[in-house]
Amino acid sequence: MTVPELVISNVSMAYTPPDWPGGYWWHWLFFSVVLIGFMLTMVIIAIYIERRGLGRMQSRLGPNRTGPFGVLQMVADVIKVLLKENIVPDKADKLVHWLAPIVAFVPVALIFAVIPFQNGALLADLNIGILFIVAVSSLTTLGVFMAGWGSSNKYSLLGAMRNVAAVVSYEIPLALSIVGTLLVAGTMSLNGIVIAQDIPFILVQPLGFLIFFIAGCAEINRSPFDLMEADSEIVAGFHTEYSGMKFALFYLVEYAEAIAISAIITSLFLGGWRGPLLPPWLWFIVKTLIVFFVMVWTRVTLPRVRIDQLMALAWKFLLPLALINLFITAIQVLAWDNAVNWIAVVVNIVVMVVLILIWSKFFKLGWGRLEV
Amino acid sequence: MKFERYGLGMLKGMSVTIRHMFRHPTVNQYPEQRLNISRRNRGNELIWSRERCTGCATCAKTCPQGAIEIITATNAEDNKYEVEKYQVDTGYCIQCGLCVEACPYDALFMGYSYERARYRRGELVQSDDELLESPERPASGYFHPDIAEKLPEQTLLIDKITEKRE
Amino acid sequence: MTTTEMMTLKTEPFVLNFGPVHPSTHGVYRMRVTLDGEVVIDLEPVVGYLHRGIEKLTEERTYGGVIPLTDRLDYISPMSNNLAYCLAVEKLAGIKVPERAEYLRVIMAELQRLANHCIAVGSLFSDSGAAFTPFMYMFREREKIVDLFEMVCGQRLTYNYMRIGGVSQDIPDEFLPALSKFLVTMPRFIDELDFFLKENEIFLARAKGVGILSKEVAINCGMSGPVARASGINRDLRKADPYSVYDRFEFDIPTCETGDCYDRYRVRIEEMRQSLRILEQASKDIPQGSVKADVPHLIRPPSGEAYGHLEAPKGELGFYIVSDNSIAPYRCHIRPTSLINLSALRDMIKGWKVADLIIIFGSIDITMGEVDR
Repeated sequence: MTVPELVISNVSMAYTPPDWPGGYWWHWLFFSVVLIGFMLTMVIIAIYIERRGLGRMQSRLGPNRTGPFGVLQMVADVIKVLLKENIVPDKADKLVHWLAPIVAFVPVALIFAVIPFQNGALLADLNIGILFIVAVSSLTTLGVFMAGWGSSNKYSLLGAMRNVAAVVSYEIPLALSIVGTLLVAGTMSLNGIVIAQDIPFILVQPLGFLIFFIAGCAEINRSPFDLMEADSEIVAGFHTEYSGMKFALFYLVEYAEAIAISAIITSLFLGGWRGPLLPPWLWFIVKTLIVFFVMVWTRVTLPRVRIDQLMALAWKFLLPLALINLFITAIQVLAWDNAVNWIAVVVNIVVMVVLILIWSKFFKLGWGRLEV
Repeated sequence: MKFERYGLGMLKGMSVTIRHMFRHPTVNQYPEQRLNISRRNRGNELIWSRERCTGCATCAKTCPQGAIEIITATNAEDNKYEVEKYQVDTGYCIQCGLCVEACPYDALFMGYSYERARYRRGELVQSDDELLESPERPASGYFHPDIAEKLPEQTLLIDKITEKRE
Repeated sequence: MTTTEMMTLKTEPFVLNFGPVHPSTHGVYRMRVTLDGEVVIDLEPVVGYLHRGIEKLTEERTYGGVIPLTDRLDYISPMSNNLAYCLAVEKLAGIKVPERAEYLRVIMAELQRLANHCIAVGSLFSDSGAAFTPFMYMFREREKIVDLFEMVCGQRLTYNYMRIGGVSQDIPDEFLPALSKFLVTMPRFIDELDFFLKENEIFLARAKGVGILSKEVAINCGMSGPVARASGINRDLRKADPYSVYDRFEFDIPTCETGDCYDRYRVRIEEMRQSLRILEQASKDIPQGSVKADVPHLIRPPSGEAYGHLEAPKGELGFYIVSDNSIAPYRCHIRPTSLINLSALRDMIKGWKVADLIIIFGSIDITMGEVDR
């Protein structure tokens, strides 16, 4: 084959048809329903874990009155939010204001289409799974910016500007840390990456995991990077002027993105659905919730960073580390046939420790106060 | 931002929070478990004793808000004042306790109960027999040490209240 | 327009209103901030949303009846307000306070300083974004202090405990054992808080070097309290002009040099440790005796004026009383600590960003009840 044909056949989207009893359309229907149900159920469980975990770590209880141990709290919240009045500010741009939650929500729902629950159990086993995720997940920012602009409120505009700057900066370390994993696994499809993890990639690519975790937290506006909706500074950031069902959609987007990033981390670094005793989908859910709990843990402890510190962290700290990680991984993949072996684990952990020690010495922020 | 300590400061903080997760939370499930309030509680309402009151109106003069209103009449047979109306506007009272301190005959007490809210402002103005001591309105030991000894001891957080389910 | 003119972006500053109702201005405080992007250029404060006319109300109450009113000035530390007013009237009337009452006053004032700094440090951290965790921990400790106050005077916020000539009633028997239990657990909590947050890189980045108040500006603006001590002014009224029995206790005054937000936070934590030292000494040496001098109920001080001040947790709180030999003060003016500390906010904030505005404002520790009276 000629070079252009080689390129096209490798990077064009190929789809592995499933051997499903009813054929293609039953597979699609079943998985669409399961995915939507999965997303909503996991959001409810995630909010429950967050509120109870936050409470216990702050020496108080979380919600415990609605339902046994407070499991029905989210149901009560949804009913309350549905019954609220939908207020639109007078000078707001009506179409933009109405469309923003939808534009923010749809890409998040799309991400779940390529995450494997079991061997071969996904909605669409694309062979460019990761590329699809990275491409689609940046569309949420557009929704957030529409919300900030369409609200005719200076606080919302400040929050939306911060969000755009932060998300654009953190896309690059995010993508680069994923590429290290792709080199080791050899395929871009998420199911293939999970199958290739005889040793979980958190050991083989520790620096990649750290960078992905930090960049992922920054992408989804989660503490310590939640200055887009900073409660104490700009009241509520881009969703100040939203109430009722639109606010519920933004709230849902925030937690659904958190679950999506946790699911991606599980598939990429922790071994997805692999595990000894329990059924694979149960392992997947357990691992996702553990990663989400670590996110809750960092939220409870750490204060918020400032916007210029956020940008400096992305460009001066994470990006060079991601590039060096990619370089070293590429050398390892060329040197050994099977890059997933224990020597690579030891080498990579040593490299990560050394790099973090060296880079911490060199990393310094820029200016503090401007002269006015 | 400088990471001179290689991010150790953040990890120390995270160890503190995760340790708190395994301790007992310091909360109290209100309607089922109630803590004992102070024995000298300057509670919601005022309690008056008709036998000891002589109508001297020292309390009304001392009250900074002017919440006490007394109307007396002379009683020539017993040679003392007869209190016709003793009215306290509990909504105007700031629970400072200066009236209890001022009374020379120990006829006023602060209230010990605290769940005495009303639905209408008019019901807050209490007079005469509504002000006497009764089981719903026990007297507190503010400036009355003999009553304070009989009340239960205050629960203190320093004695480590843990969440109890009774 | 030439090509260069078309290609340069023009920006203009806009005015953002941090309104009276805001999650992190402590109370009802309004500021109109001129921003250029995220950088603050100018700040215009608007106060007066909590004005209740307390100075006028004091002219209509007796000298003893003003004390419940002073509770509501700085509602985070009412014991200090009561004490300042009583010091002023005792100076005016020449009343001597018995020993046991002086020791009880010192114990209550130092406990109140601990409680105030709990709230100050807790809200500084919650404003910087730590999801209310340090706030909850500090309120748990403040709860223990407020329980002790409730045992003594019956209320948890408006204590009305000090009287002209002493305190209102003696402490119950279980107060001193509970206080000694508290003095054992509190240092451990302060150490745990230091372990939690002193070296947190994100907090260091937010607070170190931010909002520097130089010594000259602090002296010119009339600062006092932890804000001034963090800028290097070594002045504490408990040592410079000792009132009550403070000259019998041994304690240090923590000062720092730079005067940024981190230094103010450190000064408050060290002050908490020194207060614990004073409490230990006071609770051991407390003598027996009466708790109130023999002062008539409706006191009539001789005509004249007097200024009584003390080291409140926020700074120097003073009462200036003019009397004309009647049962009510003729005029009572209050030196509002928080308002004078707030006057340096404009100098501190120029050139910093919106996020720093909140941290700097939180580190000065303002209560609007004192600003607006």
